[in-house]
Amino acid sequence: MIRLSMLQFRAQAATGAVALAVFAVILAASGPHLFGMYDSSGIATCQAHGDCVPLATSFVNKLAGFYAVFYFIGIGFLLVVPAVIGTFWGAPLITRELEAGTFQLAWTQSVTRARWLAAKLGLGALAAMATAGLFSLLLTWWSGPVDTAAPFYEQNSVGFIRLGYALFPTRGITPVGYAAFAFALGVTAAILIRRTVPAMAATLGCFAFIQIVWPIWVRPHLLSPAHTTVALTAANISGLAGGPGGTTFVSPPSLPAMAGDWVLSFQTIDPAGRPFNVNTVKACLGNNFQACQNALGRLHLRDVIAYQPASRFWAFQWYETGIFFATALVLAGFCFWWIGRRRLSI
Amino acid sequence: MGAVIETCGLGKRYRRTWALRDCTLAIPEGRVAGLVGPNGAGKTTLLRLAVGLLAPTCGTIGVLGEAPAAGPAQLARVGFLAQDTPVYARMSVAGHLRLGAWLNPGWDDELARHRIAQVGLDPRQRAGSLSGGERAQLALTLALAKRPELLILDEPVASLDPLARREFLRGLMEAVAEHGVSVVLSSHLVADLERVCDYLVVLVASRVRIAGEVSALLASHHRLSGPRRDPGALPAGLEVIEESHTDKQSILLVRTDEPIHDPSWTIKPVSMEDLVLAYMSRARDDRTRRLEAVS
Repeated sequence: MIRLSMLQFRAQAATGAVALAVFAVILAASGPHLFGMYDSSGIATCQAHGDCVPLATSFVNKLAGFYAVFYFIGIGFLLVVPAVIGTFWGAPLITRELEAGTFQLAWTQSVTRARWLAAKLGLGALAAMATAGLFSLLLTWWSGPVDTAAPFYEQNSVGFIRLGYALFPTRGITPVGYAAFAFALGVTAAILIRRTVPAMAATLGCFAFIQIVWPIWVRPHLLSPAHTTVALTAANISGLAGGPGGTTFVSPPSLPAMAGDWVLSFQTIDPAGRPFNVNTVKACLGNNFQACQNALGRLHLRDVIAYQPASRFWAFQWYETGIFFATALVLAGFCFWWIGRRRLSI
Repeated sequence: MGAVIETCGLGKRYRRTWALRDCTLAIPEGRVAGLVGPNGAGKTTLLRLAVGLLAPTCGTIGVLGEAPAAGPAQLARVGFLAQDTPVYARMSVAGHLRLGAWLNPGWDDELARHRIAQVGLDPRQRAGSLSGGERAQLALTLALAKRPELLILDEPVASLDPLARREFLRGLMEAVAEHGVSVVLSSHLVADLERVCDYLVVLVASRVRIAGEVSALLASHHRLSGPRRDPGALPAGLEVIEESHTDKQSILLVRTDEPIHDPSWTIKPVSMEDLVLAYMSRARDDRTRRLEAVS
C-alpha cells in the first residue's frame, strides 16, 4: 500500500522538489554576499559597544533591491506553503479517488481501508512536514542576518521581530507543525465533503482563518507575559497613543533593551499606580508637543509594559508546533474513525 | 452447501430514503448467480454492502461466512467489479497489475499476464485511454488474478457494446470453468444473464421475488393458454404469476411443481426473460395496489 501511495504521490512530490530546488538555488546564490555584508557591518559585536542602532540601521538601509524584496517574498512564501500543501496535496489525495470511483478498486483489494488511509496520510504528512521544514530551514538561515539586525533598526515596528506576528510562523520549526495540520485538514475536508474543489476551498478558507486569528488571539497567551516598568522622563517620551475608553497613553520609549521582545501592551500609570489619562494635562491639549513632553516629564509617570522576551522564541516555537502537530493527530484520528464506520458512502 | 452471500433483514438508508430495506436472501456457492431487477431495486446497494464498501443501517450480511471487509483475509477472498469498472486513468495496464501484486498476497501474476495478452491489451497503454470493453477486461483481470473464492460484479456489461459484452462474458465463463470461482453478478439485461447464469434472484424494491436454479425455475413455470376462465377456479398448487384475458381466451404464466393434465390448456415453456418480466410486473402491480389502498 505504501508503494502504491508513493506512486500516486509522485507528481506532487516532484512539484514540491522542484519548488524547493529553485528556492534553495536562489538562497544559496545570494546568501554568501548577504552574510559578507553582515560580517563587515559589525552588528555581531554591537551590543558590547552599544552602537547597535546605527550599525543595524545602516546595514538594513544597504539592503536595497533584491535582498529587501526577497526578504519579504520569503516571509510571504513561507506563510503560503502550508496552506498550499493542505489545499493541493491533502484534499485532492482523497477526493480524486472518490470522484473517479477508484476507491472502490482500492478498497476491494486485500488491504483494509484503515491501512489505505494510513499509507496515504502517513506518506503525505511526512512529505508535507519535510517540505515545509526544508523551506523554513533555508529561509531561517538566509534571513538570519536581517532578523538579527531588524529589531535594532530605528524605524522598526513590532512586525520585524522573530517572536511576533509575521516572522514567527515563517522561521524555525513552526512551518512543520502548520504543514502537518494543513495536510490533515485537507484530508479531513476531503473525507467530509468528498468533492475536490469544495474540499480545497474549505481547506484553504479554514487554514487562512486560523492563520489570521491565531497570532492575534492565541499566540500572545501561550506563555504568561513578562512585565517591566519604565520611568517616563521628558527625554524618553516618544509620543502619545490612543487607548480604549477615551484615555490616551504615553508611548513606551523605544529602548534598545526591548529589541526583539514582543511588546503586547503597555499602560501608563501615575505615581499612585492609577491608570493615567493624558487629557488631564492641559499642556498636552494644545499642539505644542515640546510643552506636553516637559509637563509629562514632571509627573513621575511610569509605563508598565507587558511583553514576551525575545529569549522565549524557541519555547514559543515548540509550543506552537506541538499544538498544531497534536491537532493534526486529532484530525487524523477522526479520519480513521469516520472511514472505519464506513460513513464514506457513495 | 454454504451460502456465498446471506442476508437477513438487511437495510441501508441514505439520510431519509431507503436504498435497500428488509432484504433477506441466500445465494448458494458454486453458482453463477444473476441478480436481476429494475433500476432502483437496490442491486448496487446490496452488492456494495456485500463487499463492505457500505455498512448496513440494519440487519445482517455474511459473505463467505464472515462480515464483509472484516479484514485483509476476508477481503482477499472476494473479488469485486464496481459499476462502470473504475480504474486509475493515468496508470498503465502494467501499472494496474503491479498494483494488484502489491495489494494482494494471493496474486497470480501469471494468470494476470496471460489474460492481458489473451484479451489483447497493451501493457504500456494508460488505462484512461482504454475503451469501455478493454477497461472492463482489465478490471476483471485484476479481480481474477487476486484468486478470489467469490467474484461480485455490478452491472459489468451494461455500458458495453454487444461484441465487447459477449467477449467479456465469455472471458468470465472461462475463468469460472477454470478456477471454480462462485459468481454473483447484477444486471437489468436478462439476455446476458440467460447466457451465463445458472442461478437467478429477482429483486424488486428490496424484496426477493423469486430465487432458485435457473433449470428448476424454467421447469416449474409454464405459459398456459386456453378458453377464458376464472383464475380462482384453478386447481390448488398452481400459482398464477401473470394473467391476461380476452373475451374468449385466458393466457396465464403459472408456477407449479405438479404436472398439468387439463387437456383444455395449451402448455408452452417459458424463457428466462418471460419469467423475470412476469415477476417484475407482478411486484409493480402489488405496489400499485398497495398505493391505491393507502390513498
